Amino acid sequence: MTAPLLEVEDLHVEFRTRDGVAKVLNGVGYQVNAGETLAVLGESGSGKSVTAQTIMGILDTPPAFVTKGAIRFHGEDLLSASDDRRREVRGDGIAMIFQDALSALNPVFTVGFQIEEQLTVRRGMTRKEARARAVELLDLVKIPNARNRVGEYPHQFSGGMRQRAMIAMSLALDPEMLIADEPTTALDVTVQAQIMDLLRDIQKERDMGLILITHDLGVVADVADRIAVMYAGRIVEHADVYQLFRAPGHPYTESLLESLPRLDLKGQELKTIKGLPPSLTNIPSGCPFHPRCPRAVDVCRTEVPANHRLGLDRTSACHFAEEVVSRG
Amino acid sequence: MSDPGASGAGLEKAAASAVGDLSHVDDSSQKQGKPRSLWSDAWGELRRKPTFIISLVIIFIVVVMAVFPSLFTSVDPRAANLDNYLKKPSADAWFGYDVQGYDVYARAIYGARASLLVGLFSTLLTVLIGSVVGIVAGYAKSWIDSLLSRFGDIFAGVPFVLGAIVILTTFNSPTENPSATRIITQVVLSIAALSWPVSMRIMRSATLVAKQQDYVKAARGLGASPLRIVFRHLLPNTVAPVLVYATIALGAFIGAEATLAFLGIGLRPPVVSWGVMISESRDYFQAAPHMLLFPAAFVTITVLAFVILGDAVRDALDPKSR
Repeated sequence: MTAPLLEVEDLHVEFRTRDGVAKVLNGVGYQVNAGETLAVLGESGSGKSVTAQTIMGILDTPPAFVTKGAIRFHGEDLLSASDDRRREVRGDGIAMIFQDALSALNPVFTVGFQIEEQLTVRRGMTRKEARARAVELLDLVKIPNARNRVGEYPHQFSGGMRQRAMIAMSLALDPEMLIADEPTTALDVTVQAQIMDLLRDIQKERDMGLILITHDLGVVADVADRIAVMYAGRIVEHADVYQLFRAPGHPYTESLLESLPRLDLKGQELKTIKGLPPSLTNIPSGCPFHPRCPRAVDVCRTEVPANHRLGLDRTSACHFAEEVVSRG
Repeated sequence: MSDPGASGAGLEKAAASAVGDLSHVDDSSQKQGKPRSLWSDAWGELRRKPTFIISLVIIFIVVVMAVFPSLFTSVDPRAANLDNYLKKPSADAWFGYDVQGYDVYARAIYGARASLLVGLFSTLLTVLIGSVVGIVAGYAKSWIDSLLSRFGDIFAGVPFVLGAIVILTTFNSPTENPSATRIITQVVLSIAALSWPVSMRIMRSATLVAKQQDYVKAARGLGASPLRIVFRHLLPNTVAPVLVYATIALGAFIGAEATLAFLGIGLRPPVVSWGVMISESRDYFQAAPHMLLFPAAFVTITVLAFVILGDAVRDALDPKSR
């Protein structure tokens, strides 16, 4: 078997701040193949976005330092690659979509210019060719009347259209891998569905690898092939989307699924996960989830659970993984 | 007048908020049709402002005065006639004559050129040095930022007049008689050397705000080089507050020219400038107040015009005020 398109291995990242060292990633690892969608799920502050930004190499150092691990794109380790090489990979190899498209588009340039810029600089196109390609791309992301809107500024676009423009921008250099960092969080529900459909279509059509960062379980169920659940800077469960929804293998995933509002339980109190995600400057000993875990026992407080294999391509970082799965 | 630093300090704060706002331009103001940028919006706003129009007209007149002084007077500003010693204003000579028998009106007209040149070049240099250093400091790693910022603080810490006296008397003692170009260059350089930290701070804080924006991350994420990010993506977003400062500073520097000339260390005869004229009136003020009042009025009105213009531009570039 050939190497996966993108492979993240045992990634450790810490933020050295004045208030101490925050261990933001503590051994994150996942793989994405071409044409596959991996959803990275987790609460705010669990390290989803930091992982993505580390892959892109756009974290600011200081405060962020990668202390351990590897990121391999086509088998090539990006962390040890030169700055120039990394820059080549960005846009061309891996591109990223941001959550808030308005702030991710430069307010002083037209939408068209921001797409064309990459094409003229990186592809050596003339401005006319680039303009034509920008219109094609805006068409592709289903912006109506693309020919006329290409010359407009981001503030003249609606929220959904900005996100479409952002997607068009990231597709300009035909990346093999797309990272979408909560692409629909800032949008309303109907637009969310449109954007997700669009992303899925484009991904299938181009056989791209897609990492979808989200905290929306509904979105995940719809489009993802596999899911990695993150908690306190590590992946606590990694599973096929059907398996995960049918029988979660980690108490945290279980609690997440239980806290979904359900129509058949209307009128009852909504279950929540008690407590707050741990402070990353002071991660609890043992399993980081133990203070909030309904099944925590003594061993959870002292020993960091290893990744238990629960079948092909499925792991869970819980001392009682097998038990949790079988119960679900 | 005169310390240009004073007007800069307040602006610095405004600069930070103005940049943050650029990315949140109010959607409701948009109309279908022509795309409207921040600048075209600002222009639409400015066009309807009487203070903007008035200050622009004044500045236009002063500029024409500086470029074509012969349009305003046919009298030679260097024609001294001691018969006219300190004559009061009359129909013949609207502003009277000075101690050398020069026509004050003609000299005030011809003086515009040197005063404006000093203001213009000092501003250009200040903004250029300040912007480059500021944007580098704002974007670069923390130790480069600290280094550049502290370096700027050294210059900002020197009181303006004191610093200028030290620089100008060192490079050319009052007993010398330097050429017009040399003395203008020296005055411009010393004003710029003492004022660039202000525009540097404005640029730096604007850059700090702008570089946090996602579009900078997005540009990096799509593989843009640092130079491209700084000059293509950051600069257009940070230039507005510096532009406002530049407009106000231009006025302030014309005032600074007058201050330095008055102290006898700036421009000096044979150069004709408003500052030089005010300086010459020093000993005769009580006997012939017109020698002081007319050039002083030219300075005041010009400085005022630039300050009002700067105010209007700032209001127009701040989307929050709409």
